[in-house]
Amino acid sequence: MSRGVLATEKRGVRELGAEEFVGWDEVQQGVVLPSFNSELKENVSHIRPEERDYSDFNSYTATVASWRVIKPVYNRDICIDCQNCWVWCPDTSIISRDKQMLGIDYDHCKGCGVCVEVCPTNPKSLLMFAEAEEIDEALAKWPEKKKKENK
Amino acid sequence: MAITNIKNLKEFSTVNERFEGAHLLCPGCAHSMIVRELMNATDDNLVIATNTGCLEVSTAVYPYTSWDTSWIHIGFENAATAVAGAEAMYKARKRKGTLKDPDAPVKFVAFGGDGSTYDIGFQWLSGAVERGHDFTYICLDNENYANTGGQRSSATPTGAHTSTAQAGRVSYGKKQKKKDLVAIMAAHGAPYVAQLSPNKWKSMAKGFQKALETEGPCFINTVSACTTEWKFDPKDTIHITDLATDSLMFPIYEIINGTELNILYRPKNIIPVEEYLAAQGRYKHLFKPENRHIIEQIQKEVDEKWEYLQRREEARV
Repeated sequence: MSRGVLATEKRGVRELGAEEFVGWDEVQQGVVLPSFNSELKENVSHIRPEERDYSDFNSYTATVASWRVIKPVYNRDICIDCQNCWVWCPDTSIISRDKQMLGIDYDHCKGCGVCVEVCPTNPKSLLMFAEAEEIDEALAKWPEKKKKENK
Repeated sequence: MAITNIKNLKEFSTVNERFEGAHLLCPGCAHSMIVRELMNATDDNLVIATNTGCLEVSTAVYPYTSWDTSWIHIGFENAATAVAGAEAMYKARKRKGTLKDPDAPVKFVAFGGDGSTYDIGFQWLSGAVERGHDFTYICLDNENYANTGGQRSSATPTGAHTSTAQAGRVSYGKKQKKKDLVAIMAAHGAPYVAQLSPNKWKSMAKGFQKALETEGPCFINTVSACTTEWKFDPKDTIHITDLATDSLMFPIYEIINGTELNILYRPKNIIPVEEYLAAQGRYKHLFKPENRHIIEQIQKEVDEKWEYLQRREEARV
């Protein structure tokens, strides 16, 4: 697993909080927020997120991790890289590169649990655990394969 | 041109995202699923305007933006107008030769919720479509004004409980029917009009690519399940959307040039609308004995609509 993709320096440094916002009177009219620090020659659909020069205005540099009370934990051993979780994640928090699922972006994940619901493997490759649970402990508790119930 | 490979999900997942996380939409919100599916379907330069609504206020909380494209924050009703203006300006500058990069493909897209599309921005949308600007308008239909506390809109279906059409002893929720905006937009003579759903990601991405390729005004209505106001668990967003498309509450179809209707998804097993209604808190009151007839009425209307769509598909009119 490439750690560089999962934990960039930029991300997760700031929490969205009231103290960061300016008052109504200080907001400039017609303000422009640049998403990137440098001027782009082409649009960013050809640049991988970890190679982009995000500005401090981009919400990519912020985190909503404190919204979570439960978190998804990912088990690489069972995953079949179907990418269901990637396509339906509402928070751009499933990190996939070169057709492979690499892991969860815990700075942007809000813990909704959609990824767990759409996971087709048996047992699931993603499960929800309490936010305080250590990843290793969660992986040790992983359930066994469920047998088909006789109807 | 829209080169994103959407043959299968693995290919699709290799795109570089242009919609960033840490926006403030509710956990499990279908809005961001739809926006991601659409924006990932193309690598063109995008100029986007968004009407006031959940999507706008949650993705641009000053001093943050979640958009990696050109994006304008504008009033409740005028995303269609703003993007039409940008498109007219682009054409004029192209003609005069004052563009920096005249060959780069640029596409104009507007997003709006159902409140700003069905109600408040309808006149503006209608005008922009009538003038024939080259843009795509996407309505994120969650059937109420979710941003301001779940008031009824003209997209709210019969029988739903909302904060301004409450269910109780006297009423069973909203009494009026849902406006058929897809048919209205097709009647404008728009070259491409569709109703799509995020659980069917392929038809969604394909439909959007088709809309971008089509010259002229295109309209796409998308089903956006609202965990807060439809009252279901955030993890069930895709499950609820599946129920919506399989019960035919939201049939998936496109209309080309106002006449050619194609049904894009035919459920193998059509489920009764009762299952869809039972999964959401906003329809809870319909299961009381005195309101049972409303469920039957909804089922009858859904059946009639499906029959109508199939007949139109066959007749090509």
